[in-house]
Formats: sequence, structure tokens, C-alpha cells
Amino acid sequence: MKYVLLFCGTREQQQAWEEMTEEARNAQYAQVGRWFAEHSAKLGPGNQLQPPQTATTVRFQGEGEPIIYDGPFLEGNEVIGGYVEITVADLDKALRLARTWPARGTVEVRPVMQVDQ
Amino acid sequence: MADVHTALAEVFREEAGRLTAALVHILGDFAVAEEIVQDALLVALERWPIDGIPDRPGAWLLTVARRRALNQVSRDARYRAKLALLEQPVPQEPDDRVRLMFTCCHPALSRAAQIALTLRAVCGFTTAEIAHAFLASETAVAQRIVRARRKIVAAHIPYRLPSDDDMSERLREVLAVLYLMFTEGYLASAGTAPTRRDLAEDAAWLTALVARHMPGEPEPLGLLALMRLHLARSKARLSSAGELILLQDQDRTLWDRSMIAEAIALIEQAAALGRPGPYQVEAAIVACHAEAASWATTDWRQIVLLYDLLFQLKPSPVVRLNRAVALRHIMGPEAALEEVNALAGDLENYHLFHAIQGELLLELSKREQARASALRALELTHNRAEQFLLARRLLEW
Repeated sequence: MKYVLLFCGTREQQQAWEEMTEEARNAQYAQVGRWFAEHSAKLGPGNQLQPPQTATTVRFQGEGEPIIYDGPFLEGNEVIGGYVEITVADLDKALRLARTWPARGTVEVRPVMQVDQ
Repeated sequence: MADVHTALAEVFREEAGRLTAALVHILGDFAVAEEIVQDALLVALERWPIDGIPDRPGAWLLTVARRRALNQVSRDARYRAKLALLEQPVPQEPDDRVRLMFTCCHPALSRAAQIALTLRAVCGFTTAEIAHAFLASETAVAQRIVRARRKIVAAHIPYRLPSDDDMSERLREVLAVLYLMFTEGYLASAGTAPTRRDLAEDAAWLTALVARHMPGEPEPLGLLALMRLHLARSKARLSSAGELILLQDQDRTLWDRSMIAEAIALIEQAAALGRPGPYQVEAAIVACHAEAASWATTDWRQIVLLYDLLFQLKPSPVVRLNRAVALRHIMGPEAALEEVNALAGDLENYHLFHAIQGELLLELSKREQARASALRALELTHNRAEQFLLARRLLEW
């Protein structure tokens, strides 16, 4: 089964991340790097994303031309910071992996649509 | 007719979970299996009251389920090969239904969905019965179940016992579902029309199933003891008018002594495993009451000690509130009220907080304040029997 882990957080967490000292940020990166190395067999493509203020949203409404606006789709306080695709046997295994994520915040575990489903 | 219905309920309870488990096993698809079993139960519900319950109800249900399965899934190539397996007798692995419960009570499902699925897939409740038990509409319950089944399949929630790493957490989840089911049934049974299925009885039955198949785990035994102790008092807790009678006012000769003895034996069996847990301690507290000859001769010191232990295991303001009630019998109403008042911030919206505060205030002759507390409690509860009791208090105080 393929799942995507969405690494989420709040705007405050995002801001705290941006305001971190170089040193603290590198330490965090090192932890996350170790996590990726340790679980590499199960991990597929993934990326950290630029902060939400860099997002642009294209919203389709009815039949007309879409509306394009500045900012992320998620309203309010939630921010998606990155994602990675994983391949594991089932949801229990996916949750096991998600709970080892070292950067804290919130991890959404979402199954990927399979062709035969 | 009532007898037929009771017999039906027992057969459903005994067979539904086995059948669901077997079909999930064969078809490898929880959603399809669960739906087929529900269909078969509905057919039985139509036929059995007229034709009588067949000699081998499990085999009868399997035949109907097999026919349904053929109709429903024969178009789907994925199932074709598996359907042949349906011809074989249902495998009776002892822990199949327990495994099924772990799937139904997976933490990735909402609590309401966990309860509804467990009742349907493991206990053989119909959607209508679940709706009735939880005062919800049938449509809402049906939707909840469909959504949960879809998630089990789409998100690949596994059908097996959890790994050792996950076991204690997952068992806690299952027991929480069972306890909630029980309290819902136990409370709601007051003042409403009798039903074919007794939620509290079914919850106790499920807990016994878990306890039997996990003999090394003390908490299922503790929870089972707790439920049996409550059930042992059920005859004494309602007046003929359906009014709730508090423990202190109950006629203790109506308590089921042999059930109490069995429950206490369960507590001892759990204690012998040497891993205390919240359900075991709660059961021990209720056992103190069950063993006391009267409210006045209750061993309050022991109860306060047990509440201290419970608070260590499960730090919750409700535990402190109950401890304060026991403390009243050792230290007096003033000390107890002080304890209760300290919980105001946490329990502002909990009706029993206000009810207990009211009782203590009345004892201290603060009548106006006591009435205000009872009124607040009345506003906060939706249970009819509790409303009745509180309303009477307001008249008498």
C-alpha cells in the first residue's frame, strides 16, 4: 500500500522554523535527514515545501474561468510543510512510521489511490 | 414474541461475528463481508419469527450469506476465485471475532463509528437497533457505517491482531469502546421502552469474549468485573415508575449476590497478573460498595485509597470528584465541598459535578446555593431518569 505522509503544522510553528538560528535549523535538518536515511527502504519521492506565503491557488468554480489568488488553499492556521510517499503493508505500519517523525507538528497519513481500486 | 426476540438476539450475537470474520477472511474485503452479513441477518429477522429458529442457525446464515455474496460480487473478477471457498464450512478460529473487534475499534475510525461497526459486525445488531440505542436516525447510522467501511478498505486498516508494539494502546481503545457502549446502555435503559437488544448486556458479552481470548491481560478482566458488578445491581436501581434510585437508597436484597461473587473472583484473577490498571481499580471500588451491608457501613477509607490509586493511573478531574464523595464520609461535608469546588474550572459542564456540589451545600444548610447547583445539573443532563431525580430534588429542597 502506498500512502503519503503530509507534514503539517501551524503558522506559529512555521514562523518559529523560519526564525530559528542557523545552528538550530541544521540540528533539525540532521534529525530529519537521519529519519530519511533510516527509513529509506520504505520512502518514495517527497519534498519540503517553500513557506505558504509562496503559494498561489487556482480555484475552479462552476463552468467559468478559474479564480487565481495569492495564498494557500488551506485557510486559517494550518500549513503543509512537506510530504513524502511511503510504501508499507497497511495503515498500522504507516502509523508506526508516522509516529517516528522527528520534526513533530502534525502528520496526516493519506492512502494513495490505487489503479485497481 | 418477546421470547423469540430474546432467542434471536442470542443467536445473532453468537453467529454474526463468526460469520463476518469468516467472510472477511475469505473475501479479503471488510466492507463487502460486513454488508453481506447484515443482509443475511435482515433476512433471518424476517423469516425466523415466522418459521422458527433453524436447528443450525450458523449454517442457515452462511447459506443465505453465500447466496447474497454470489449475487453481489460475481460480477467482480477479484472475488470469483474466492467464492469457491465459500462452499467450505466456516473456519472457527477461536480469536477471529477478537481480531474483528480490533479492526472495528481501530483508532483511525471515529468513536461513534467504532461503536456502530462493532455492534453490527461482531454483535449482529441491525442499523435500526443501533439507531434506537443511540437515539440517532437510521440514515445517520447507516452513513456512518458506510463511511467507516470505506475507510477500512481504502486506507487498508488491517484485519489482524495488533503487533506487540501496538497492543497495549490498541487494547485500551477496544476497552474504551466497550465501556462507552456499556454505560450508554446502562444509563439509557432507564425510563425508555424495553428493546430487543440490551446494549449493556452485549457490551459485557463482548468484554467476556476479549477477556477469554486474552487471558494474560488483566484489564479486560477488570472491565468485565466492573460491568458485572453494575449489572448485578440493575434490579435495584430503578423504581417501578422507572425512576433512578441512588446507590445509597437501593434495596440491597435485590442485588444479584452470585453475580457479585463472580465479579470479585474476576478482580482477584486480574490482580494475580500483577499489573494494576484503571478498570481493575474501578471494579475494586464498585466491589467495596457491593460487599457493604449498607451505605453507612461502607469501607470509605478503602474507597478513598482506591481512588488515590486510580488517580495515579488515570489523572482525571472526574476521579477527583468521586474521591471527594467518599472523602465526605471520613472528613465531613465541608472538606469534601472544598475538594469539589477546586474542580469547578475543569468540570463546569459536567452535570454530576453540580449535582454533588448541591448535595454537599444542602448538608451545610446552604439551601439557596444547593438549589442553584441542582438546577444547573438539571440543565446539563439529557438522561430522562436523571432529569426526573433532579427535578424532584428541586421540589423537595
